[in-house]
Amino acid sequence: METILQLEHLSHIYSAGTPFEHSALVDVDFSIYRGEYLGIIGRTGSGKSTLIQHFNGLLKPTSGRVLFEGKDIWETKERTRATRFRVGLVFQYPEYQLFEETVYRDISFGPRNMGLDDTEVDRRTRDAAAFVGLPDAVLQKSPFELSGGQKRRVAIAGVIAMGPSVLVLDEPTAGLDPVGVESILSNIRDYHQAKNATIILVSHSMEEVARTVDRLVVVSDGHIPFTGTPREVFSHGAELENLGLGLPQMTRVFHRLRALGVDIDPSVYTIAQARAAILAKLGKGAV
Amino acid sequence: MALRDITLGQYFPGHTIVHRLDPRTKLLFTILFIVALFLCKTIVSYAIVAAVLAISILLSRIKPATILRGMKPVMLIIVITAMLNILYTTGEGTPLFQLWIFRIYPEGFLTAFYMILRIMLLITCTFLLTYTTSPILLTDGLELLLSPLKKLHAPIHELSMMMSIALRFIPTLIEETDKIMSAQKARGADFETGNLFQKARALVPLLVPLFISAFRRADELAIAMECRCYHGGEGRTRLRQLRYTTADYWVLAAGLALCVLIGVLRHFGW
Amino acid sequence: MERPIIKTDHLTFSYHTDGEATPPVLTDVSLEIADGSFVAVLGHNGSGKSTLAKHMNAILLPTGGKVYVDGLDTSNEDLLLDVRRTVGMVFQNPDNQIVANVVEEDVAFAPENLGIPSAEIRQRVDEALAAVGMSEFATHAPHLLSGGQKQRVAIAGVIAMRPRCIVLDEPTAMLDPVGRAEVMRTIKTLNRKSGVTVVLITHHMDEAAQADRLIVMAGGHVVADGTPKTVFSDVEGLRNVGLTVPDTVELLYELRQDGLDLPLDALTDDECANALYKLLA
Repeated sequence: METILQLEHLSHIYSAGTPFEHSALVDVDFSIYRGEYLGIIGRTGSGKSTLIQHFNGLLKPTSGRVLFEGKDIWETKERTRATRFRVGLVFQYPEYQLFEETVYRDISFGPRNMGLDDTEVDRRTRDAAAFVGLPDAVLQKSPFELSGGQKRRVAIAGVIAMGPSVLVLDEPTAGLDPVGVESILSNIRDYHQAKNATIILVSHSMEEVARTVDRLVVVSDGHIPFTGTPREVFSHGAELENLGLGLPQMTRVFHRLRALGVDIDPSVYTIAQARAAILAKLGKGAV
Repeated sequence: MALRDITLGQYFPGHTIVHRLDPRTKLLFTILFIVALFLCKTIVSYAIVAAVLAISILLSRIKPATILRGMKPVMLIIVITAMLNILYTTGEGTPLFQLWIFRIYPEGFLTAFYMILRIMLLITCTFLLTYTTSPILLTDGLELLLSPLKKLHAPIHELSMMMSIALRFIPTLIEETDKIMSAQKARGADFETGNLFQKARALVPLLVPLFISAFRRADELAIAMECRCYHGGEGRTRLRQLRYTTADYWVLAAGLALCVLIGVLRHFGW
Repeated sequence: MERPIIKTDHLTFSYHTDGEATPPVLTDVSLEIADGSFVAVLGHNGSGKSTLAKHMNAILLPTGGKVYVDGLDTSNEDLLLDVRRTVGMVFQNPDNQIVANVVEEDVAFAPENLGIPSAEIRQRVDEALAAVGMSEFATHAPHLLSGGQKQRVAIAGVIAMRPRCIVLDEPTAMLDPVGRAEVMRTIKTLNRKSGVTVVLITHHMDEAAQADRLIVMAGGHVVADGTPKTVFSDVEGLRNVGLTVPDTVELLYELRQDGLDLPLDALTDDECANALYKLLA
């Protein structure tokens, strides 16, 4: 697997030298691979927001390095700026950052900042809008006339329009209803597949990461206690609960089943896996 | 320096004698202190005033470093004022040297020095007031002190409510500004380079969302306040009833004494 | 039956813009909320659930029909304060409902508005903070608290009015799982221990499952009303209005599709595990 982003002994201290000084990240060391769908989970205040702002150089490490495609993103000013466009970051509640008169202009803000020519800006803007399922009719509307869910799509399109090879999303489904959650997650999946992009999904919903990501990174108190496939991470049930992170509901149900004396593998975490496991147990096999 | 490091107008809860004084006392003392400060003429007077402030800071247990850090945003103003004083003050003796069209006199440095001293003391004393007094108490105190004006139909309650809400939302809006700036930077916005015009234009992606959010917050807050039966100042009671204690009288007496002392010193040319 | 704490009688509501009425947000909603009950209102965004909530303490007034709070007509302006002190309201964003810079001063805001004597305000503030488990933060600055803590302060600020009912409009939407659990625990304690009626507006299935009664809204209508167990058993019906069911119900539903004999009304981990256990053992 080819490494795309690498963190080397990354530490970040806020308000250094003041009474408010605190370490948000301590000696974090891990790699992100090209084309993977990575999940980052952690409580509010665990350091996960600080972590992702290092991926595109919004925050500068207090110590340690961040390498994008093998090169230190802080080596030159130009490289830091270029990294912003290669690693797209969608913040939490991104709809509150819309500012342009039309949806089209808002989405094209990123590409215009990249200094692309008009035709390329236009192509990217329309492409990005299509990715998040915004119809053409919406492009000339004011973003402030749209519904909450649509505003969020516009904001996500604004980052996708830069054509980043790594797309980082901080709680992209927060506050949405089930239909809204599904459609945003499928937009992200489409981008992942169509562009072979690396996706980094920050979430505090275990169920959500369980069914979307290939690999999980757990952030707690500025450290990374666990990484691995969801199955590997969820096998640390008790420890995760101690960190204030629950387990997916299916995993919990299967742990209860085992406690009741049923001999079944508790390492399921999605409904589909649970269903298959029950059917297998009954000797029916998954349909 | 990140925006979140700004401590201007922030309150640091505590239980020291300075924290517990009646806000009206603190407001009046601050006014008396400022009067004394402006009566200062010589280093002796300044030393006395500074000593009074230093004792107050010690009693409040606010760390001097915190106050110094709060001073950062106004440093530029202080430096510019000092420079102007040095450049423009004309003295009686011969100038020290000539700098382009400016003649620099030793008096210039002296005035600048006093100016810096005065601004720093002024800022420090107001910092001490806001650091040790919860904004609600501060506005309560202000409302009570100004309440005689209500008879003239001045909207004192409304003003003090507006002030306390503004103070409540300063940290929230600072945090929000930080967040929006980061988000726009992630889309390649550049707030740092370019000429003045370009920099002003670069602020649009920051200011538009900030204003929209401030209006949304104001709207939601107004509804939340109504839901909690807010209906103006009429018939409102207070959790804390302000009452002067012996300590308050002593502090007020000390403030008056300070003013008189500095006034007398000034009269005799000190 | 006792007098319901909230009663909506053929409630219809539409926003008026430039004198023209837009399509109704609520159409002919007739509900009675029993005193002391814990009711969840579930619906997708735009289903009218928040609009319904805003009618429960006269933030919005019906354009058709009536809303009564403890028998008081909410459209009678003279009764406004009585209505609002009977039904308290907690909103989604805790930052935008905290008025003061110090926790206890914020909690005191409503009693102050009601003109209650200082000594009693003190007592109410202490009780309210104890009820939400935030006593130790009484003198803290709210903006330095976590989301769940802020929301508990907001709840304390409402219960300091001693309302008989609290309406919470998506109080956990902006919180992480720990914050959500804190708020849910607080709400349930208030309902069970102090007998406060709770109306919880939410789109989280697992939260709705904890109520005594579940009302589902869609397109401005009430489309389902019953115990969570009966409402969630109608998996297709909920899907049709853009909602899902808790994962436990979803699993049992799919297994039933596979021809297994399982009940659908398992809302908790235990209930689901027990149902599966009976099948497997």
